[in-house]
Amino acid sequence: MGEYSVLIGGKAGEGINTAGLSIAALFSRLGYRTYMYFDYPSLIRGGHNFAIIRASEKAIGAHRTPVDVLLAFDQNSIDNHRQRVHSGTTVIYDASQAVQAEGYGLPLDTIVKEEKAPPITGNSAMLGALARVAGIGREVLDDVLRTTVPAKHLEANLRVAGRGYDAVESVFTVEPLDAPALPVLTGNEAAGLGLVYGGLDTYVAYPMTPSSSLLHFLANRAEDLAVRVIHPENEIGVILMALGLAYAGEKTAVGTSGGGFCLMTEGLSLAGMSEIPVTIVMGQRPGPSTGMPTYTAQGDLHFVLNAGQGEFPRLVVAPGDLEEAYTWSATALMLSWRYQVPAIVLTDKTLAEGACSFDIGAVAELPDREPVLWDGAGEYRRYARTESGVSPLAFPGREGAVVKATSYAHDEVGFTTEESGEVIELQEMRFRKGESLRAELATYPAVKAYGARDAGTTIVCWGSEKWACIEAAERFGARVVQPIVLAPFPARQWKEAMIGAGRVACVENNATGQLARLLRQQGFDPGRPVLKYDGRPFAVDELETRLLEVFA
Amino acid sequence: MTPKQPAGKVAGSLVSPAQNTWCPGCGNFSIQHMMKSAIAELSEEEGIPLENFVLLGGIGCHGKLVDYLNINSFYGIHGRSIPAATGMRLANPDLKVICHVGDGDIYAEGLDHLIFAAKRNSDITVIVHDNRVYGLTTGQYTPTSPTGFKGRSTPGGITEHPINPLEVMLAAGATHIARGYTRKVQHLKDLFKEAIVHRGFSFVDVLQICATYFNLTDYYNEHAYEVQEGEVDTGRFESALSKIREWDYDREAPIPLGTFYSVEKPIYEEKFRALTAGRPERRALVRKALEEWR
Ligand SMILES: Cc1ncc(C[n+]2csc(CCOP(=O)(O)OP(=O)(O)O)c2C)c(N)n1
Ligand code: SF4
Repeated sequence: MGEYSVLIGGKAGEGINTAGLSIAALFSRLGYRTYMYFDYPSLIRGGHNFAIIRASEKAIGAHRTPVDVLLAFDQNSIDNHRQRVHSGTTVIYDASQAVQAEGYGLPLDTIVKEEKAPPITGNSAMLGALARVAGIGREVLDDVLRTTVPAKHLEANLRVAGRGYDAVESVFTVEPLDAPALPVLTGNEAAGLGLVYGGLDTYVAYPMTPSSSLLHFLANRAEDLAVRVIHPENEIGVILMALGLAYAGEKTAVGTSGGGFCLMTEGLSLAGMSEIPVTIVMGQRPGPSTGMPTYTAQGDLHFVLNAGQGEFPRLVVAPGDLEEAYTWSATALMLSWRYQVPAIVLTDKTLAEGACSFDIGAVAELPDREPVLWDGAGEYRRYARTESGVSPLAFPGREGAVVKATSYAHDEVGFTTEESGEVIELQEMRFRKGESLRAELATYPAVKAYGARDAGTTIVCWGSEKWACIEAAERFGARVVQPIVLAPFPARQWKEAMIGAGRVACVENNATGQLARLLRQQGFDPGRPVLKYDGRPFAVDELETRLLEVFA
Repeated sequence: MTPKQPAGKVAGSLVSPAQNTWCPGCGNFSIQHMMKSAIAELSEEEGIPLENFVLLGGIGCHGKLVDYLNINSFYGIHGRSIPAATGMRLANPDLKVICHVGDGDIYAEGLDHLIFAAKRNSDITVIVHDNRVYGLTTGQYTPTSPTGFKGRSTPGGITEHPINPLEVMLAAGATHIARGYTRKVQHLKDLFKEAIVHRGFSFVDVLQICATYFNLTDYYNEHAYEVQEGEVDTGRFESALSKIREWDYDREAPIPLGTFYSVEKPIYEEKFRALTAGRPERRALVRKALEEWR
């Protein structure tokens, strides 16, 4: 068996997310690639949280329904997941909480009390039991605890983990692989590192799930990464502060979700008119309005494509996994500066908060790009007309330059004008810039394709559905085509990727088929829709079943 | 800081070629001219290079000011100058960042930003062109219009009371609070210079005459007076508060002009400086973070 699935479930506040990451770390130590899906309602204590951790010999990025081991802290964690349990599933439960269960009952209360350890260490008992069941040695278990538990609590956790380990027996054996132990990151962490790699000076954000963890990550690592992290009064303040920073020469990114992005659209339009670069990491969750704050969706594609008053070019990219989140966040930042356009990195809760093995070696780095700077000759004109549409930048404090940025229609210097000829030139200049950006993107992997050209069946998808589709495609011998850049739309690359596509299914986490709508707008046939809009990403097996209906 | 620009550049050269579109008699003219002189004099006297000044405009008649001066500027959107100003000051501590805002602009749409900038003592200067009416949208009431004011959106007269913005600013934590009047130009210029030089959040509410929609010249001429030395202890909250409450923008009362409060406190932007000092090679830091990932 080259693949394992573990579910850990309990109440909010019991540290399910952290425990899930430790489980992923356990498999990583043995050279496995891991993926974690974390499901939790919007409450702080109680309710039902669970994480599914999958480990495989090959790269993965999605979960499956059945699990090999179920770790249950309460009765809910057993009752809610009956469909995942099969004859080969090992169930380990907290005997002090779950009463109707079969498998190994661990008296967590007693263990924790006897070991004089804090209740949260119950997680370690479960981790210990999992290690034993999976035939993973004590040294590996202890090692993982050493790297995941703060030193202060390490001893207690090691003791409790040992009790869990001794309470069960080995059921199967996870063979160590001859592969490096990769770090397990969330999508937000990968995006954050990518932004810094791309030149980020300052990150500004107001908390909103699923982008808050990007704010937390960068704030925690601000010193290590030499970036400023700022949390102002609201999202309007966020984007305006970012524009102020960028006007003064600092590379800045902001992060938010739908509701916050609504507030930012005013500033987004200002960025469009004043040509001040800003990168927005926009993590989607189900709307409208507050929707389901801690769940996932791909429902804001057309919102980000069209947000703002007036017409201006923008870059919109939708990475599908960690490697893409990393490299395209860096690139979005660099290109937003190069072309002085707003850039949006469109993620969702699945990608942003999901965790995965990150292989920096597999990152296909995209080109380095620098902003076009003023050479200091003659009088400085912030909006100087150029062939490429890009006016050279100077920043306040530069001797000999008066830098005038503005939200009004303006002339080359930046003075307000409403004169017909001037405003036409201004608008055309902005669109030349957009075309220059499009031309540059022609050399980037803006559309990705997986599988054989002659497959005769093609699955089209975007963003975090990428890996569920890649795995499901194997079952059908299908090809997968995924646009990463959504604006300016890479029509030529799309056309090329879809030659001989055959039967096409378009997989999306929304109710109306938003990518399909974009494809139709571009003059392409999107095929048959396969939609899911319950706030959860497709499990691979679930997607296979749905695709069977389309391809049958 | 060494001046890169030769000192003594005449104020006149700061006037831009942009065509002025304010109504004749508008109070904005004196604010523009006094700002121009304040900048020219500060550049000369304090050695602040002209290229280190940045003016921000809100949206309204007042905002046009930034077009009319040959100074770095950011002509933003309604009510949003302040966070942008904070961003600039974060990026470059040498910049003297001055927001020109309107009373509708900043006390209605922008009030949250104003209060928060005061709260965090952001090192920026806010000059409010308080004509107590919406000029550019042709005469609606603002948060400082007096009770009974008949605007185009409130023909029956408003029943609300105006806010006293100075009181709001004092409560919010502003470290420098002053009031000027567009007919007292020398005084106005001194208030501007003081506010710009102040280290921390400085705020000047300028009683500005709107010649077209709300001309309070006679009223202000009759009631306004300059606060004399020793009349208010600008280092004491209570003293400032009682002076600030002498007139509440509503009832008939003497209208004090001058600086009411001025204290030193740590500056918001300063605490972020160490983080990015020396422009470290961030790519190496990213690689290191990944290598040591846990
Ligand atoms: C978001 C937004 N809402 C409304 C407007 C329309 N608007 C333009 S100026 C203005 C009021 C300006 O009043 P004030 O700030 O007092 O400035 P004044 O014109 O009196 O100088 C309004 C409401 C706008 N530009 N943007
Ligand atoms: S409407 Fe009032 S504020 Fe606006 S320009 Fe005319 S006088 Fe000045």
